[in-house]
Amino acid sequence: MSVTGSAGARGAARPLMRLVTMSGAPILRQLHLEERLLRRTADNWCVINDGTAPPTIVMGVSGRVSELVEIEPVLRDRVPVVRRYSGGGTVIVDQGTVFVTIICDKSAVAGLQPFPRDIMSWSGQLYGKVFDRFGEFHLRENDYAFSHRKFGGNAQSITKNRWVHHTSFLWDYDVENMDYLKIPKRAPEYRLARNHTEFLCRMKEYMPSRSVFTDGVITALGEQFSVQPTDLETVLSNDEEFVPSTKLLSQQDLEEIVSSKGSSSLGVQEVEA
Amino acid sequence: MAMAASSRLLWASRAAAYLRISTFPRAFSTGMCLSPSPPCRRGSYSTRFALLNSVPSFGFQDHLGDVVYVELPEVGISVSQGKNFGAVESVKATSDINSPVSGEVIEVNEKLSEEPGLVNASPYDKGWIIKVKLSDSGELSSLMDEEKYSKFCEEEDNH
Repeated sequence: MSVTGSAGARGAARPLMRLVTMSGAPILRQLHLEERLLRRTADNWCVINDGTAPPTIVMGVSGRVSELVEIEPVLRDRVPVVRRYSGGGTVIVDQGTVFVTIICDKSAVAGLQPFPRDIMSWSGQLYGKVFDRFGEFHLRENDYAFSHRKFGGNAQSITKNRWVHHTSFLWDYDVENMDYLKIPKRAPEYRLARNHTEFLCRMKEYMPSRSVFTDGVITALGEQFSVQPTDLETVLSNDEEFVPSTKLLSQQDLEEIVSSKGSSSLGVQEVEA
Repeated sequence: MAMAASSRLLWASRAAAYLRISTFPRAFSTGMCLSPSPPCRRGSYSTRFALLNSVPSFGFQDHLGDVVYVELPEVGISVSQGKNFGAVESVKATSDINSPVSGEVIEVNEKLSEEPGLVNASPYDKGWIIKVKLSDSGELSSLMDEEKYSKFCEEEDNH
């Protein structure tokens, strides 16, 4: 476990959490960084990436391209497609997306067991502190929502001693980008067959600025951790042995899928736009 | 054991059909344990092969949920005790699968690619994950049996 940060309320020591902030970093770079921080360090981390470019489709580990993505327009428009290391569904991310990733040692949060639902519940309580004053915030199944409208999607990865919980937040989104994604076969129950515009909402309609949001996240984390800003350059090491599992699918990969008229070797799983 | 390689392989293949290495809920994050199929019993096995399974006991379903995907290793790779060799996906999470033993993967259960739910539904039988040729059978003595691991899980849940 990381070195104890500082004493909090009642003298209880808060574990250290290193904070990395980025803006506009490519999502592939962010995910590679996350994997390295998860598997090659022992510290707790929060990574915030405010927006990303270029617009990119990101599938979960078991994502099947032929069932999740409209391949022909993706090929035509050369939209990058990434398969990430964590579970969960498919999203298309762009400058309107704000990413928050929390990476913890399994003992970092007292009483929190390193299982998906436990971590998800803990995150709901954390983000409740951020969002409650801006709208009717809920953790609905595995999404963050104002009332019944989703604005944040989650995914996780759990190793022997550590876990990652990362979220893509819809500060804003381009409805036309949704056309690159197929309608999900499985959806959360609360979606109730709504289309994208009825199911999703934009955080910018509820909050005054992105910085209010990100500052709120840091403040909320500060109640449980001693948050320490960390220069990204000090994070990047010459660890050339580590090979992240997050992959960018090549144009050839996608063209082969089109020509095969079949699916990848991976099983199809839950997908969401 | 002073056995010819071929007879050792034959004997071990038979033994493997009766021998299971079971994973328990926390196995996906903390480790696995050894139990023959069934009843569970701790012992010093001289088999050179072992099957790694997962089991739905001790609140597996409650903690991880239904497994929707299993990431299998390639045949021929080496696994090390306590190190991850694959992963499962449940809910929104991928969870590492850690090997209780060291050795070489000689077979993987390809059925799990199409039927990952076998991990939940048939842990001691159709839901086996990999077959390992052990490099150090002495590692078996360090593993917990089902009874001890169930107590371990109960203690964890009570924290």
